Amino acid sequence: MNLFNSLPLLILLSSLLPGLAIFLLKEESHGLRTLLNLLGAVTKLLFVAIMIWGVFHERDIEMRWALGPGLELVLQADALSVLFVTLSTILWLVTTIYAIGYLENTPHRSRFFGFFSLCVTATVGLALSGNLFTFVIFYELLTLATYPLVAHKGSPMAVRGARIYLAYTLGGGILLLIGAVWLHTIAGPIEFTQGGLLSQLPHLDPNALRWIFLLLIIGLGVKAALFPLHGWLPQAMVAPAPVSALLHAVAVVKAGAFGIVRVVYDVYGVEFSASLNLLPFLGAMAAFTIIYGSVKALSQDHLKRRLAYSTISQVSYIALGTAIVGPLATIGGVVHLVHQGVMKITLFFAAGNYAENLGVHRVSEMDGIGKRMPATTLAFSIAVLGMIGIPPVAGFISKWYLGLGALQTGDGIWVIPVLLISSLLNAAYFLPILYRAWFKRAVTAWPEEKPKTGRWEMPGALMWPPVITASLALIIGLFAAAPYSPLEWASLIAEREY
Amino acid sequence: MNNPMVWVIMLPLLASLITLAWPRRAHWIGLLFSVITLAFSMVLVYQVFNGGPQTHELGNWNAGLGIALRADALSASLLVMAMLVFTATTFYADAYFSDVNKRMRFWPLWLMLSTAINALLLSGDLFNLYVTLELLGLSAVALTALSDNRAALQASIRYLSIGLLGSLVFLAGVALIYTGYGILDLELLAQRIQAEPLAQVALTLMSAGLIIKSALFPMHFWLPAAHASAPAPVSAALSALVVKVSLYIILRLWIDVFDVVITPASALLIGILGAAAVIWGSWQALRAERLKLLAAYSTVAQLGYLFIFIPLITGLPEGQLRETAFTALVLLALTHGFAKSALFLSAGVVQHRAGHDRIADLAGTSRALPLTTFIIALSGVALIGLPPSGSFIAKWQLLAASIHSAQWWWIPVVATGSILAAAYTFRVLGHAFGPGDSAGKVLNWGREEIPALTLALFATVVLGLGSAGLWDFISNNSQFIGG
Amino acid sequence: MISEQLLFALCGIGIFSIGLRATLIHQQLLSRLLALNVCGAGVFLIFIAIAYRGETQIADPVPHALVLTGIVVAVSAMAMALALRHKLKDLNDE
Repeated sequence: MNLFNSLPLLILLSSLLPGLAIFLLKEESHGLRTLLNLLGAVTKLLFVAIMIWGVFHERDIEMRWALGPGLELVLQADALSVLFVTLSTILWLVTTIYAIGYLENTPHRSRFFGFFSLCVTATVGLALSGNLFTFVIFYELLTLATYPLVAHKGSPMAVRGARIYLAYTLGGGILLLIGAVWLHTIAGPIEFTQGGLLSQLPHLDPNALRWIFLLLIIGLGVKAALFPLHGWLPQAMVAPAPVSALLHAVAVVKAGAFGIVRVVYDVYGVEFSASLNLLPFLGAMAAFTIIYGSVKALSQDHLKRRLAYSTISQVSYIALGTAIVGPLATIGGVVHLVHQGVMKITLFFAAGNYAENLGVHRVSEMDGIGKRMPATTLAFSIAVLGMIGIPPVAGFISKWYLGLGALQTGDGIWVIPVLLISSLLNAAYFLPILYRAWFKRAVTAWPEEKPKTGRWEMPGALMWPPVITASLALIIGLFAAAPYSPLEWASLIAEREY
Repeated sequence: MNNPMVWVIMLPLLASLITLAWPRRAHWIGLLFSVITLAFSMVLVYQVFNGGPQTHELGNWNAGLGIALRADALSASLLVMAMLVFTATTFYADAYFSDVNKRMRFWPLWLMLSTAINALLLSGDLFNLYVTLELLGLSAVALTALSDNRAALQASIRYLSIGLLGSLVFLAGVALIYTGYGILDLELLAQRIQAEPLAQVALTLMSAGLIIKSALFPMHFWLPAAHASAPAPVSAALSALVVKVSLYIILRLWIDVFDVVITPASALLIGILGAAAVIWGSWQALRAERLKLLAAYSTVAQLGYLFIFIPLITGLPEGQLRETAFTALVLLALTHGFAKSALFLSAGVVQHRAGHDRIADLAGTSRALPLTTFIIALSGVALIGLPPSGSFIAKWQLLAASIHSAQWWWIPVVATGSILAAAYTFRVLGHAFGPGDSAGKVLNWGREEIPALTLALFATVVLGLGSAGLWDFISNNSQFIGG
Repeated sequence: MISEQLLFALCGIGIFSIGLRATLIHQQLLSRLLALNVCGAGVFLIFIAIAYRGETQIADPVPHALVLTGIVVAVSAMAMALALRHKLKDLNDE
């Protein structure tokens, strides 16, 4: 086995092994735990870098392990998986730093970081899955690894939130499983194939394929929080801020969206899905979710809940891009996978900082917060502008390509008003926050202000992560045309799919 | 005498007698002999793997008059699972029983239980199956009664009388077979059996007896009390092994020996009972107030899945699909054996440290006993059928077999069962994650937690990731499934 | 005319059924155990009837061997049931 073929396994192990080791650590061994965390994250980044090079030069990166007749674990890297792996790895590193700062002096840190690493392992495994069977395995593992993170605080609220999360995701998981097994029985092992596997197989019953598509999309739609399967997401807000950040930006929600992309492009094939009349259904579901999430976000005073509904809305852009046939829409959808992740994680870091530093949980408490916490608020503002779609922040690029894609196909023209309305709604629920933060006068006392210790507005481990991710969102927006940029990769993916 | 089949029966028997005579060194003898027996069982698997199904005629008496021992892939793989569970539980039991008096009574019975299980799995004729069933039943009842409290004694008497009834009904069926065919040897019987009323009645009687013993719904009523009130290591063996070997006989009869007698309707009936067991057992497990009771009801449910396989296997055409379904059945049985024993052993640790196993009062367990909580979670994963456990792959194939044989109605049963299993597992974990005061080290009770962890890892990682080997083993070396 | 063998076998089935019925309906432990014994006796009688091979031939030894084993098992099981019952009674009296 050469280096390239073992890369997927090495990438998995680089977070799995530190995770398992961390479980065994004593609560007090803070230094060793931090070392293991960062070592794992940096090693993973290194392997991913090699992998990017390999995929760009079209090396075969694949490993297989048989589990039974027709059932194989396949880990491989193509352009789409590399995009998702890179996103997860970079954001994991940043979130780990943030979490170390956020959880300082709280109990159960070994357990937390152990599951945190397992969660990333599952996400990366999902990204590297080479067939539907492997994907289902990691999809379920992700559910298992995130449950303890949501329940982490152990309060009745947290346990309840985790239970709702579990009920939704395991229920969805079963539907996904049934769909996957059904597909297996009629079409054999479902290897992810560029251009779609099923489109190349003759003699399949189109009605069975439609039902299977429905099962798969519902199963994946639960994690992707498509309406009406989104109910768990606002409940899962009880998790600690780094968990929410990871859940919304890379791990769970994104896993669902990524799965939808995989099923449409690499299992069915986008043109084949269109010929089965499956895409209007997906598109309508996505479009409705986009509007619904935004409308619900308007009325939320609780900052994290407002962000949660915003996630429901934003992630559906990915599904929307998938539902429109044509390379430009594909680029828009796929690139949003990255853009939404970087921007949303910034928002959650910032929300965590407000709560941690000043005890501010509600939008109505945020008057004048920009003066007190300028760096965090600046990062927050950049991400907000990106979410609305204002250039040059990354979000603009996604919406631009989605719009172009809709125009390109002609019959996707209805997408344009959806994009416009949703952008207006985004502005309507985000801009008032910015107005309050920068232009309103602060109230006399913050709910629970922590004394200022260092030279910054708050400890560096908490302040820098949002600043870094906000800069990232700005950079990938500004230099979207540069080589190796997310947009470039998305174009590569679209090129290979059509 | 140099046949491993003889040794895996003789060694525990010998050990049982020695521990009776020399109680002060009983635990050493028990540990030593179970490890050696485990090694012999592995030798047997190796032989079957290389040389196909094995037969040994005791004392060179021909089958018919003499007694034949037989091992094929099914019995050999169950035997290794049983010995692994037994050995791990033996190490656990050594640490578990502190009371000298109880220890003295425990060891001979415990080793006798192993003798009975091994002998049953290797029996090649119907009457030997009866004798080993009785031996198994008696040692299991005596072990259940070790708990010495009222609940345990009442449960064990009930267990004994219901078990006796089951054996007698089984024996009546055996008598009919002898009347009709004049033989009891399973292999000879399989060649001569005809689809005639006598064989049907005999099979019905034997199955009825075995259904009582393997606690298939609605004959499961005796199981929860017995399994929940026995000492933890005994519960582990009862749930993981004892009910399963009765099921093994049912499989042997239904799929192998009497396959010409089976009608689709009878297979469907036993499948429906299995489905009812899945739903009812899981529901009761969800409502159980104590951890051990939950585990016991979960056994009722998990056995139900195994019965659902029967209509699927008999409904599929001979060939690869049928082999796949059959192997999935074995995989599920093995996974459940490991997972359930791990769960009971962990419940024992919880009960010892907390002084109770009430689920509602488990708050703080994840802090005080982190490793035990982890083991409960791992075995829960296997019970639900989530990856990476062996039962995930088994359930995948169960669903696939339902679709292949157009018996789609099992799919909602499996889905509901899995959801309920998730609900009862995470109900326990939810409570365990609750706040508590005492923080414990990761590894506090190594002599009890390490055996349990080993079993849980077998259920999840080893059988999950290494299941490909089982597929080759079963499909190449089975007397079953024709071909 | 019913052959002697069939007569014995039918008797065995009859006894077995009576025992079975009693086992299922009696709540009291001791009656239940006795009923189980009756049930067992029925099965053993069936075996003895099977062994009969006519006036001229000696009986088939295999069922006889089986019955002997069966009786030993049944007696030990009953002994254990009684011992357990005794123990339970002691606990109740305390």
